[in-house]
Amino acid sequence: MMLEGCGSLLRHELRLGWRRPHEVITPAGFALVVVTMFSFARGSGSDGLAELGPGVVWTAALLSMVIAVENMYSADHEDGTLELLLLSPAALPLLVLAKTAARWLWGAGPLLLAAPVLGWMLGLPTAALPLLIASLLLGTPTLYLLGAFGAALLVGQRQGAALVALLVLPLGIPVLIFASSMLELHAAGMDIVAPAYYLGALLVLALTFLPLATATALASNAAD
Amino acid sequence: MLKLRDVSLERGERKLFAGLATEIGPGRLHLATGGNGTGKTSLLKLMAGLLEPDAGQVLWEDEDLAASDGSWRREVLLLSHKGGFKLDLTPIENLQLAQALAGGEPWLAADAACARLGLADHNDRPCRDLSAGQRRRLGLARLLLNRARLWLLDEPFANLDAAGRSLLLELLEEHLTGGGGAVVTSHVDIDWPVPAAARIELEPAS
Repeated sequence: MMLEGCGSLLRHELRLGWRRPHEVITPAGFALVVVTMFSFARGSGSDGLAELGPGVVWTAALLSMVIAVENMYSADHEDGTLELLLLSPAALPLLVLAKTAARWLWGAGPLLLAAPVLGWMLGLPTAALPLLIASLLLGTPTLYLLGAFGAALLVGQRQGAALVALLVLPLGIPVLIFASSMLELHAAGMDIVAPAYYLGALLVLALTFLPLATATALASNAAD
Repeated sequence: MLKLRDVSLERGERKLFAGLATEIGPGRLHLATGGNGTGKTSLLKLMAGLLEPDAGQVLWEDEDLAASDGSWRREVLLLSHKGGFKLDLTPIENLQLAQALAGGEPWLAADAACARLGLADHNDRPCRDLSAGQRRRLGLARLLLNRARLWLLDEPFANLDAAGRSLLLELLEEHLTGGGGAVVTSHVDIDWPVPAAARIELEPAS
């Protein structure tokens, strides 16, 4: 029964993304714009761009996550769907997890597909692309779990969207550091195991604790 | 089924009600009346366990909601003025989610509930195309998805036409004669055909 509600919610959210393609495109489109601007600002001489490249892709991924999650719960709060979630006998942390998974698929999925293009624009060596994609796969779920928590904290607040960015971006810094150091170490020909372990550990921690924290924040914020 | 024991509720600095005690039993309709801002919606949220009282207890089958494992959630259905629908999805898709989330014993399938509320022609169009009254009917369709013992209805007659009102009264009577309980809020007096109605009057906040 508990899982049935979660499966339905996941299907519902994925279907909703399918019906609103503009919302699905926006986060990845935003990342693309950030990377494009960066490569223009850097000018024609592309020296040094490859070194900055991993950091730029990851910053773009972090910013696009904020766009993907900012209205995650406020829209549900306005139309009453949040009440359905709060009143459901299904475990709220699991519902939160289902919703976050859908957001991640629609938000980070297109970004993963676009990653080779982003890497190419920044002059990343082709050999680094698989690792770039692997780091995004390992790191972005943590970012989306953090983002969902931020969005839940600010449900029902008028200044929601901008505050979500301010709240969530700093929390994403550890992910940013370990992910880009993975790519830097690889470029320098060194072992990437240590930062990869840290990224994995952050993901496990986030999966364990953040849905609970998000559910608590929702329950206390969203009743009005 | 549901008991309020000396319940007080404050929103912000304002005291909505204090020392409210009532019991909602099977087969009985309770009408919560009071002007705007007297706390009718908050009372329903309190009964549904969405809000916690500042003092007193809300008991479901003599068990405090705050200490319960959440089993009351399968038996209590709150219908607020927000429908809980995504406008980009069809009525059926929305109702299917509502049914899965509400839990409890399933009753009618989403399309059968739609048909009962006279929305069968709109099954495969997005909810965006529905009028305010039709969205209201779609909200009422949630009553038929799962067998809940207690209905908490917030201003259910708003936006409904005459046919919709009589349909809702019909559903309510069926529910009550089947041993269910109901609390209905209204800021206007309704000419109530159900004789067993009890009143919960909420005074303007002091």
